[in-house]
This record gives sequence, structure tokens and C-alpha cells, in this order.
Amino acid sequence: MSLPEMEKQIKGLQQQMAQITMDTPADEKLRLELSTLIANIKKDAYERLTPGDKVYLARHPLRPNAKYYIDTLFEDFTELHGDRLYGDDQSIMGGIGTFDGKPVTVIAQMKGKTLEENLVHNFGMPHPEGYRKVIRLARQAEKFGRPIINIIDTPGAYPGIGAEERGQAEAIAQCLMQFMELKVPVIAIVIGEGGSGGALALSISDHIMMLEHSIYSVLSPEGFASILWKDSARAGEAAQLMKLTAQDLKEFGIVDSVIKEPVGGIHSWPDFTTTQIREKLTEELEKLAAQKTSLLLQNRYKKFRAIGVE
Amino acid sequence: MSSLFKERKEMLLGFKALRSNKKAPQFTGEIPDGLYEKCPSCEKTMLKEDIVEHSFVCPHCNHHFRLRAAERLQLTVDPGTFKELMSSAKSGNPLEMPGYEEKLQRDRSKTGQNEAVVTGFGRIGGYPYAIAVMDSYFLMGSMGAVVGEKITALTEAATKRKLPLIIFCTSGGARMQEGILSLMQMAKTSAAIGRHNQEGLLYIAVLTHPTTGGVSASFAMLGDITLAEPDALIGFAGPRVIEQTIKQTLPEGFQRSEFLQERGFVDKVVNRNDLKETIIKLSRLHGMEAKG
Repeated sequence: MSLPEMEKQIKGLQQQMAQITMDTPADEKLRLELSTLIANIKKDAYERLTPGDKVYLARHPLRPNAKYYIDTLFEDFTELHGDRLYGDDQSIMGGIGTFDGKPVTVIAQMKGKTLEENLVHNFGMPHPEGYRKVIRLARQAEKFGRPIINIIDTPGAYPGIGAEERGQAEAIAQCLMQFMELKVPVIAIVIGEGGSGGALALSISDHIMMLEHSIYSVLSPEGFASILWKDSARAGEAAQLMKLTAQDLKEFGIVDSVIKEPVGGIHSWPDFTTTQIREKLTEELEKLAAQKTSLLLQNRYKKFRAIGVE
Repeated sequence: MSSLFKERKEMLLGFKALRSNKKAPQFTGEIPDGLYEKCPSCEKTMLKEDIVEHSFVCPHCNHHFRLRAAERLQLTVDPGTFKELMSSAKSGNPLEMPGYEEKLQRDRSKTGQNEAVVTGFGRIGGYPYAIAVMDSYFLMGSMGAVVGEKITALTEAATKRKLPLIIFCTSGGARMQEGILSLMQMAKTSAAIGRHNQEGLLYIAVLTHPTTGGVSASFAMLGDITLAEPDALIGFAGPRVIEQTIKQTLPEGFQRSEFLQERGFVDKVVNRNDLKETIIKLSRLHGMEAKG
């Protein structure tokens, strides 16, 4: 049973439960039975999630977006706008806040929760001015010695006329090169979808953590299926082959840590996950702060240098 | 007596022609077997020899035929100076993607190369360079772990030896069959270019048809000088993907070299026939010393 099917089944059971209006012992018993059944179905499904299920969860409409993490993890967040070259890309939200009382720069890819929000945030798909805003804020952080926290959640960089005219490729390439040289610690967190070069641009960091049910891939499974088999309907099959889960990426050494999510996914109990993120962030920031800049840069280079070499 | 000289001269010329013929590039690329060839752009039929003589450029309409790596090297690098690195590096199948090994095998026999890039040291007009030439006849020049490794290793070697770097780019982007590992090659190559850059060394990127996806969004767009051959398709997203996204047909010339120059992303569009001279001039302008 796939996750969407399971959700449908649970919804049916929940409706059944809502119809029990009396409080007789028989009703109570039925209510208990139904809720146990729901819990078991859920637990069962979450114990054997397929990569396709993870794709579904990573894009789940109830899954918290970057704004949630900014609000929960940081104090006094002050958003800063614009790339100083062309405009302000709302698919990237960046600014300064404090973590454990210390100032940090937060740069996040923003998906909306509603259609209206998504139109503002362009479904989390940045234009070149978004990536140039990223670079501007990162250089600003470097100047003031603030660590940088990148939050990744994007289907990919936007493929459009304006994006090409303004140099999407160049903007992403600059992110890759410049983050490698930044003299402050950088930590990246993949919270949902890590799609292609558009996500990679924010991934050059000293530590990448990934939520258990988030994904990270060279291309969306739909795109992959349409390139390789000319049939985007075979996305499920593609997901199976692509090794795009947090667990796969950990195995490849691309991701440094995987943050657990509760049964039902992060949206069913966000605190469970954010508490762990907070702990891990504290730990890693401390570790990185203790490193000499030259060693920090050396290690960052080495980490990416080693990927793909047998 | 004079007839004897004439005869000998003719013999010598014939011998020279024979020898140069032997050296002539293999017609394995866009130009198939046979004496004549039709230009895909202007559709004029011409002697294949004429195309080769014109650096694989159509003498009628200036269409630039796609080049094999060997042909590019022959056109650009001083004869006998190229020393190849890592020529035997071969891709595995890290994600165990079905059908991938067959495709690799097919293109290995088709191109006589093990991968989609040839790297090494050589001289261009006497100027020593670290040189990478990508080949779109090998899995569309896509960048997997081996392509990324070869470019990174070359760039690091150039940094160490304080040599300028030139990369002839042509690629459809990241190699899908190697999934996330191929995506990460963008980070790796860009990092190496960054270190080369920090040493104050020159990197010339030559963008040729087509340069898109993960290659354009990494080392291809990080040159100190970015040259492009005429009418090459250069961009992040492929035109088909853009059309599907915005549900419009794209304007004529969109994402072509001239368009990129106009938008400020290419320093100069250079005809293939002038490319070597341009590189030589740029080398001189950077105070390099010619050898040999």
C-alpha cells in the first residue's frame, strides 16, 4: 500500500470514528479499536516506506516549509532583501537571527503553503537573482564572522526565459565556487526536496544534515523518467533507482547526518524533529567554531573532492 | 633537367599530400563516411575534404560541425605536444542503473575513448596549457564521476604547476545514470577552479555546441575569459524543458552564443577558424611566455 492509499484509508476510518457520538462503553470500545487500527496502519506503512513514498512525503502539503524552521530555531530573525544587482527573489528568504544567543545568517529556499503563497515564492524555484542574493548574504556573514545556516527545499532552479537571460547557470556556478571559499562555518539542512543544481547551490557546506523523509537528487524522478525513458509517468520506478533518500545519501558520504522523523512524518509531530535539529546544530556549530579557518576550508574542499573517487 | 626537377617536386608534393592525408582526422563524428556531405544548416552539398580544410566549418553558411575530442585537439594544440592524463579512467555503474554499461560500451567503441573528456598538457602556439576537451559523441558529453574527476585532477595539476587552464566545453549536463554522484561533480570541479583562480592563474572557458545543465552551471561559467563558438546552444535548462514549463515557443536565437554575449555572459563569440589565434593573443596579453 502506498502512502496516499494509506492516507485515504485512515481518512475513512477517522470519518467512521467521528460518527460515534455516544459515550456508551460499546462506543468507547469501538473508538479505541479504531484508533489502535489507525496507529497500526500508520506504523506499518512508515516501517517500509519506498523511495516513491519518500518523494511523496518530501513534497507533502502539510510538511513544514522553511519559514517554520526559521521561526522555531532562531530568535530575532530579521529578513534582508535583494541581490543589489537586479531584484529580490522571494523564493529565497535570507537574513540574520540568533541561535543559542549567537548571531547567524540564515538562507532558506521558500515554498509556499497555499497557491497565493506559492505564486509569491515561485514554488521554491529560484531565479539567478535568488542565487545572487544568497552570495551577497553569505559574503556579508563572512565579513561579520557569522556562521551560515542554509535551508534547502526546492524542486530545482527555475527553467524560464528570464532566468536564462539573467544567467541561471552562472549564478549557480558562482554559489558553488564562492561557498567553498567562505571563511565562516556553513551548515546545510535538507528539509524537503533537494532538486538538482538548484539545491546543490546551497549545499556547499561543512556539514549537511537531511531529514529522514526528505530527498535529494540530480533531477526530479519525473524528469529523470522523461529523459531516460521518455515517460514521466514512470517516476515511481525512477525514484526506486535514483538513490535519492537520506539513507542512500548517507551511505554515499554525501550527507553527514540524518535527522529522525516521527511516525507519520515531521508534520504529525514537528517538535520531535526540530528538537533534534537544534541539538545537532549546537553540536556542529561548536565543533566548527573551534576549527582554524584554514582547516575548515581544507576539510570542506576535501569532503567534496572525495565524492565519486573509488 | 628542369623536367626532372618538376617531376621530383610533383612526387614530393604527392608524398606530402599522402602523408597529410594519413594524418587527416577520422570521419566518425557528425561527418559520416562518403565523399560528400550535406550541411545540416544550409543543406548545401560539398566535398567532405573542404569541410575538414575549413576546420569543420561549412564554407557556405558558417555552420560549425560538432567536433570529436581528437579533432579539436588537432585543430588547437601544437602537433606532438599533447600529453594525455588518465586516458584509461573508466566509469563504473555506481547506482547499478540498468542499461548504463551497454551505453558506455557502445560509446567507447564508437569514439575510441574511455570517457566524455580528454585531459592533458599541451602547447597552443607555443604557450603551455592544461587542456580539457569534452566530447559530445560520448554520452552527450555528460559529466559523471570520471569526467568530474579528470577535470578536477587536471585543474589541480595546473594549479600545482602554475599553468593556465583551457576547457573546451560541450555537454548535455550531469550524467543521469550516475544520479547524485554526477551532481556532486559540479561542486568538485568548481572547487578546483576556485583554487586555480585564487593562485592568480588564467582559465579560459570555450563554450561549444551544446553546453547546458550541470556543466554550464559549474566550471563552464567560471572562466576568467569565456569564449563561445557561433550559434552554440548555451544555457542551464534545455529549451524543451523551458517550453514545457512556460508553455510558449522560445524566440529565435534564444540561448545561443550571440544571445549570451548580448546578455553579458560570454566575452566574445569567436569563429572556429580564428579560435587558435584568439587563444594565442590572449596568452600573450596575459604575459605568458611561448616555448619551443
